[in-house]
Amino acid sequence: MIDWFISAAHAAAAEGGHGGHEFNPMHQFIIQRLFDISLFGYKVPFTNSALWMVMATTFMTGLLLYSTQKASPVPSRLQSFGEITYEFIANMVRQNAGNAGMKYFPVIFTIFLFVLSLNMIGMIPIPGLGEFTVTSHIIITFALAAFVFIGVTLIGIFKHGFGFLKLFVPSGVPIWLLPLITVIEIISYFTRPISLSVRLFANMMAGHTMLAVFASFVVGLGIIGGWVPFIFMVLLMGLEVLIAFLQAYVFAVLSSIYLNDALHAAEH
Amino acid sequence: MDPAAAKLIGAGLACSALIGAGVGIGSIFGNFLQGALRNPTAAPGQFPNLLLGFALAEATGLFGLVIALILLFVF
Repeated sequence: MIDWFISAAHAAAAEGGHGGHEFNPMHQFIIQRLFDISLFGYKVPFTNSALWMVMATTFMTGLLLYSTQKASPVPSRLQSFGEITYEFIANMVRQNAGNAGMKYFPVIFTIFLFVLSLNMIGMIPIPGLGEFTVTSHIIITFALAAFVFIGVTLIGIFKHGFGFLKLFVPSGVPIWLLPLITVIEIISYFTRPISLSVRLFANMMAGHTMLAVFASFVVGLGIIGGWVPFIFMVLLMGLEVLIAFLQAYVFAVLSSIYLNDALHAAEH
Repeated sequence: MDPAAAKLIGAGLACSALIGAGVGIGSIFGNFLQGALRNPTAAPGQFPNLLLGFALAEATGLFGLVIALILLFVF
């Protein structure tokens, strides 16, 4: 998908001809190679995507480490931020996957914070580097979703053995309906990574494309007429911050629901 | 028909998936308000479920948008 965007952007740039001043809402999704790292004789390109991931990870790790540095019974503002974040996801995992699922809480917490910080940092344009949202590329979200899918399937198989296949055969279904239901269940199980990744990617990409289109209205209408789309854009920005949080939350909730399915497959 | 025109029409038609997303989001918030006005004390506890339903309904419409983008940029 990235290649199509890049080729579309390059095509648009070639049509415009006068060097980067023409507008393309897909231009923001281009991955640029910043420099190469040589690793075991291979050249590993360090892209702006990687830079944003490093920023998000350092920011979140630093924030959580710093907020729990001087823990006191009466939490400071920063400490209660860390505690609320932890409690929020811990309660969510406990509700959706039960106490057995709390063993896998660190993974889900990490996934949530990673996606959340990438979505949020993607909203902020940085001078000199521009703006980039890592989660607006399907390869990133698909890698995350495939990691969740394979991990959850392995947990289910190790825990239940052949009993894991009971997940596809729900109890209490009339016997003549069972073949159909089983096929549907298997298909829905294997489309999980696709729907999980496309949901996050499509939300992020559609939101940022919409913001770019509205920004072009502001520029196009000039200083007199541009205020109307500008006000609208401020409101849209608020919606995008909500979506950025919600999509990270939905990713975490669905991961823990899938985990619940795998942990309690035999009780279906 | 000109293939380029058919591509654009198809992409536009694929965006009609957003009709379903609009209906879904409206129904989620409408039903939440109905329930919340009947029993205001229970409403805050269901707020995460409201947001989850909103996000799931919205994503379904965006799948149509992805199909539109695939039509535009791949074929």
